[in-house]
Amino acid sequence: MSVKQRQAPTGIMTPELIESEIAGGLVATDAVATYALGLGDDALILAHRLGEWIANGPELEEDVALGNIGLDILGHARSFLTYAGSAWGKTEDDLAYFRSEPEFRCRQLFEQPIGDFAQTIARQLIASVYFDSLYRALMHSTDPTLAAIAAKATKEVDYHLDHSTQWLLRLGLGTDESAFRMQRGLDAMWPFVDELYRAEPHRAEPAPSGELGAELSAQLEGIAVDPRALRAEFDAVVPRLIVDAGLTVPKASAARGGGRQGIHSEAFGPLLAEMQVLARQHPGASW
Amino acid sequence: MVAAAELERVARPVPEGKLERSLWNIAATVVDPEVPVLTIEDLGVLRRVSVIGEHVSIDITPTYSGCPAIDAMRDDIVSALASHGYPGATVNVVLAPAWTTDWMSESGRRKLQAYGIAAPAPRGAGVRGAGVNGANGSGAAGRRVSLGLGIHCPHCGSMHTRVLSRFGSTSCKALYVCQRCQEPFDYFKDH
Repeated sequence: MSVKQRQAPTGIMTPELIESEIAGGLVATDAVATYALGLGDDALILAHRLGEWIANGPELEEDVALGNIGLDILGHARSFLTYAGSAWGKTEDDLAYFRSEPEFRCRQLFEQPIGDFAQTIARQLIASVYFDSLYRALMHSTDPTLAAIAAKATKEVDYHLDHSTQWLLRLGLGTDESAFRMQRGLDAMWPFVDELYRAEPHRAEPAPSGELGAELSAQLEGIAVDPRALRAEFDAVVPRLIVDAGLTVPKASAARGGGRQGIHSEAFGPLLAEMQVLARQHPGASW
Repeated sequence: MVAAAELERVARPVPEGKLERSLWNIAATVVDPEVPVLTIEDLGVLRRVSVIGEHVSIDITPTYSGCPAIDAMRDDIVSALASHGYPGATVNVVLAPAWTTDWMSESGRRKLQAYGIAAPAPRGAGVRGAGVNGANGSGAAGRRVSLGLGIHCPHCGSMHTRVLSRFGSTSCKALYVCQRCQEPFDYFKDH
């Protein structure tokens, strides 16, 4: 696959244009696209879950807050998926709406049901700490497109992280009921933490193009972030926050995981059905 | 003032060429559909104008990654240029360098305030959370979000205001309430 070389960012980067680059023949390599697909799927599926809170929030402000956070994260998903799709001649919509369950690469935390508000906050806290360290590292990627998406996202994640933290403390230090629910939410989400910090798969499963991916790790040197290097920050931040909130750090053992290989949990099928039904019943629909 | 001039140069990179400059001025009339007192030039969303042969190409940058207003702005730029005799312009959305409220023009800030939306505090100048739980902080959490102190009520001017939610009616706004005049208001949050 021929790839036009771009200049690495120096100081204020010359604006690189994802769409026009693609139109101009610049595409992600298969390895970079596979990596971007995983990040895009994580964001897309979490954004969908957050969208389920619209008109269901415990108060109007939280309806708006969770909707806004979801919108930011959907923006990240669109950028990653557009870039990933450039390798395979697919649009963001092709990837979002016309892949089947085993073709999705999201890690399993993101597909878990929203539960009650406390469970959503528990998931969002874990996700925000993860995204925060991931995107701050990815800003320094040698791939200018990934670096630009991350640099934009990290500023937004600041607000998401703050939101989750404030609610963790408020619920943990609130009433017996709110503390009970916050603890229950953390306990439910904790088994999915481990998977976030596992290495990106060394060998891609069949890509949407049908081709077998090459050895990813060597090709992604300097481009991708190794999640294993981010775990220390999670361990330094989250348990302490939980203790500050008067709660107990869960001891649940890790779930099996496998999202990056297309293995998903029970809740994922119904999510996908709802997310994709309109596009599949009315291909090309717009409003 | 060197820093201010440099910031202005980054915020509004007005092109040198005469044609490019006139095209820039046409594109600069397009307003944010959600905050119609602000033009895309005031916001710092308008990034670049280039002409290759007959073809006009414009770069804009989103305020937030998921901001849906970007599509309306894109369409409005194409229409504005077409009505001035430059049909078929291309509008590209660029992500780098990442947009910041520090790019908002002084006149934009004044218009925003007059419109009833509190203008963003400069980034870095405001009080940042030192961490959620004491001076030591809790690692990453909370340390980079402004505490939003000293936000003036755009209605009565009081500084006795309180944040209701850091997320408001659009991605770029937070919801505040004035403790003096009791009115709620939007704050264009620093970003």
